[in-house]
Amino acid sequence: MTQLVLEQLLNGLQFGLMLFLIASGLTLVFGIMDMINLSHGSLYMGGAYLGAAAAQASGSFVTGLLAAMLGMAVIGVVLELLLLRKLYLRDHLAQVLATFALILIANDLVRMIWGPQPLLLNPPAALAGPVELFGFSYPAYRLLIIGVGLLVALFLYVLVSHTRLGMWVRAGAANRTMAECMGVDVRWLFTGLFALGAALAAAAGTLLGPLLAVQVGMGESILILAFVVIVIGGIGSIRGALVGALLVGIVDTLGRALLPTLLRAVSSPEVAGHLGPALASIMIYLLMAAILFWRPQGLFPARA
Amino acid sequence: MKASPRSNAIEAAVLFVAALLPFLLQAMGEEFYIGFATRLLIFALAATSLNFIVGYGGMVAFGHAAFFGGGAYIVAFLMQAGIVSAWIAWPLAVLAAVVASLAIGALSLRTRGVYFIMITLAFAQMIYYSIISLQSAGGDDGLPLEQRSTLAPFDLASDMTLYWVALAALAGCLIALRRLANSRYGRALAGLRQNEQRMEALGYPVDRLKLVCFVIGAGIAGLAGALLVNQNGLASPTQLYWTQSGMLLVMVILGGVGQRYGGMLGAIALLGLEEALGLMTEYAHLYIGLALLAVVLFAPRGLAGLAGLTDLRRA
Amino acid sequence: MNTLLEIAGLKRHFGGLWATNGVDLRIGRGEIHALIGPNGAGKTTLIHLISGALRPDAGRIVFAGADIARHDMHERVARGITRSYQITQIFPHLPVLENVRLAVQSRRRDWGSSFRMCRPASADFRMIEEAEEWLGRVGLAEAAGQLATDLAHGQQRALELAMALATRPQLLLLDEPMAGMGPEESAHMATLIASLKGEQTVLLVEHDMDIVFRLADRISVLVAGRVIVSATPDVVRNHPEVRRAYLGDDIQ
Repeated sequence: MTQLVLEQLLNGLQFGLMLFLIASGLTLVFGIMDMINLSHGSLYMGGAYLGAAAAQASGSFVTGLLAAMLGMAVIGVVLELLLLRKLYLRDHLAQVLATFALILIANDLVRMIWGPQPLLLNPPAALAGPVELFGFSYPAYRLLIIGVGLLVALFLYVLVSHTRLGMWVRAGAANRTMAECMGVDVRWLFTGLFALGAALAAAAGTLLGPLLAVQVGMGESILILAFVVIVIGGIGSIRGALVGALLVGIVDTLGRALLPTLLRAVSSPEVAGHLGPALASIMIYLLMAAILFWRPQGLFPARA
Repeated sequence: MKASPRSNAIEAAVLFVAALLPFLLQAMGEEFYIGFATRLLIFALAATSLNFIVGYGGMVAFGHAAFFGGGAYIVAFLMQAGIVSAWIAWPLAVLAAVVASLAIGALSLRTRGVYFIMITLAFAQMIYYSIISLQSAGGDDGLPLEQRSTLAPFDLASDMTLYWVALAALAGCLIALRRLANSRYGRALAGLRQNEQRMEALGYPVDRLKLVCFVIGAGIAGLAGALLVNQNGLASPTQLYWTQSGMLLVMVILGGVGQRYGGMLGAIALLGLEEALGLMTEYAHLYIGLALLAVVLFAPRGLAGLAGLTDLRRA
Repeated sequence: MNTLLEIAGLKRHFGGLWATNGVDLRIGRGEIHALIGPNGAGKTTLIHLISGALRPDAGRIVFAGADIARHDMHERVARGITRSYQITQIFPHLPVLENVRLAVQSRRRDWGSSFRMCRPASADFRMIEEAEEWLGRVGLAEAAGQLATDLAHGQQRALELAMALATRPQLLLLDEPMAGMGPEESAHMATLIASLKGEQTVLLVEHDMDIVFRLADRISVLVAGRVIVSATPDVVRNHPEVRRAYLGDDIQ
């Protein structure tokens, strides 16, 4: 039993760290520019597709990963310069309309280029097998994801709290107008951040590709989770995104794995069979609602 | 503030043409499109109900699919349980939407702005996941409707009759909303939308006013859902998913938020475009997306704004 | 004095700052009571505490016999406390008449009033008549059909006042009604406020000393979150502490 729990904890950690990669870009967009960006999930999808295509073409997973990150960073910059800049001053509804349109466009573009069937993305051959860990086997690839996720978290932490760039970012998230008055060039800072966010989302897409499917529409389901993460964590806060992502990843994974079993132990198999999966799926939404009632601005709001 | 005779005449003319549409289609041998036109009316109704919440009540709700799809599921459930009559099942669908929205609204309205959007989204997702986990609801495949509801003395099995019922529902709703806009309640909502703080300082129970608006919008969406499942023959999980809420919101914004016919125009434009493009290309959504972008950038007040139509708010 | 509002030991802090630091104040029925003090003395915070926008950390606010310190804003409005705002808060895209009509509508506080959904509001002749009366009172009768946002600043402030008056409050809180006005408009507003003497209890926050000393029946001076003196204009004018803290040598 403990082995199952440990394994699921690691899975939750892994999923949470990937959510963090996606959410970190999203929370900064929201926090600094107050913009709802529904197309962030499409950056994730684009990254997965680019990664899969590049990996297939070159035969190397790492090449695929790097190509995905670079490619989506460029696409992200172009997108920001051509379209998103025009939306910062508009109201949320206009932003919803425009970024929803981007989802439609992205899904069809991907289908046009790569067809409707899911793409195959294999993990690096060297990591395809299991590893012995605390007395049980755990897939080496998932350990890699955890490793990469932790590295990125460390990198972002150093960036945000120990560099001048990070200081600008925090200032911008706390109060954009003041930051501008203080001489921070918020717009170029922002384009750079957007590129970084796109690269991270692409990385998450490629890394998760072998585990989930690389298919049209994969962005929509992850986007919802990312939004839940940043609302829980507090909009504009990287630290909040990390805590929120880990919470969501672990609660969701453990919930799905353990809840049906737990319920079967306390009630009839019929009830457990019906209630278990339903409850497991809505766990994170209940978590979000609970946190919002206790802390309406999320756990670590960036705005004063 | 009074409607001009000219606009009244235009509205009457449009209604007249719409009522005759099925005969026209039949004469052209395009009876298939009666079903499509019915679908347009149903989505126009759903989008109008959302427009009431968003444009009139000033609340950006991202969970409308819960009431729309929920209404569909309720009617399908009841049919499965042997309740065939629309006179019973449809009001129950509306009632379910009203009860659900009372609970959701009461909890969500304690938040503001982005958090309100997220909470309404979360509640809708909860309903989505709850329903697809239920075996009795057909899981991922959805719940088929064995036969159309009976609406004695009308025979809904006929596509034409269903069309007229949907048309009556839409027309009735638009008229009711216009009256509502002019009533004391509607005027209070107008003030609320412009300056919530001042309304509160004047002593208005702001949260209660908003909740009522939210519930009215949800109830109408429930009715639209009942019509949808009759037209479709199937209550499916996609109708509950957040992308459905997104699409309805897109229709409202496209048509013109707060404009009287905003929801209707947006629904007709989006679905019409989808159908027309679908005949010509496999990648209809690509072009729709581009069209939506054009609207955002060049027609900020939506289609109704372009056409200079009467504003729901200024009714 | 027939006391309408009594405040005792009122305190409110923001972080480390005690914006309201033990305020004692009494306002009698029918009097125009002015609240003055240097910038940062806590006047706006006090208004927020009385109107219900903020809750106090300690102390009592007794209005017409009841302690309302913990009541919601709309409860206080129901009891008869209305405020106007320093930064104009009107309904910009509604006609001027509609702005005031909404204020009149809110006064009928039986549950149904704002939830009447069937009859058009334009048929509520009595409400409209009353709204027109209030507009006449503040001199805006001709502007009834204009959009509120099209009014001149001074006219908007007058509209602000009309809306507050239309709720027929027992206590009217006027937060810098002359804010942003030129001399002519200020004089007009002063006349309006003077016309309320005797029939309306007013707590007036204002910087313009001429007007304050001319209009007020009693003046309270707020310095660093405390009321240092609360008396008639003559007493306040000559009070040494007030002079030192606030008036300097401007008043001879």
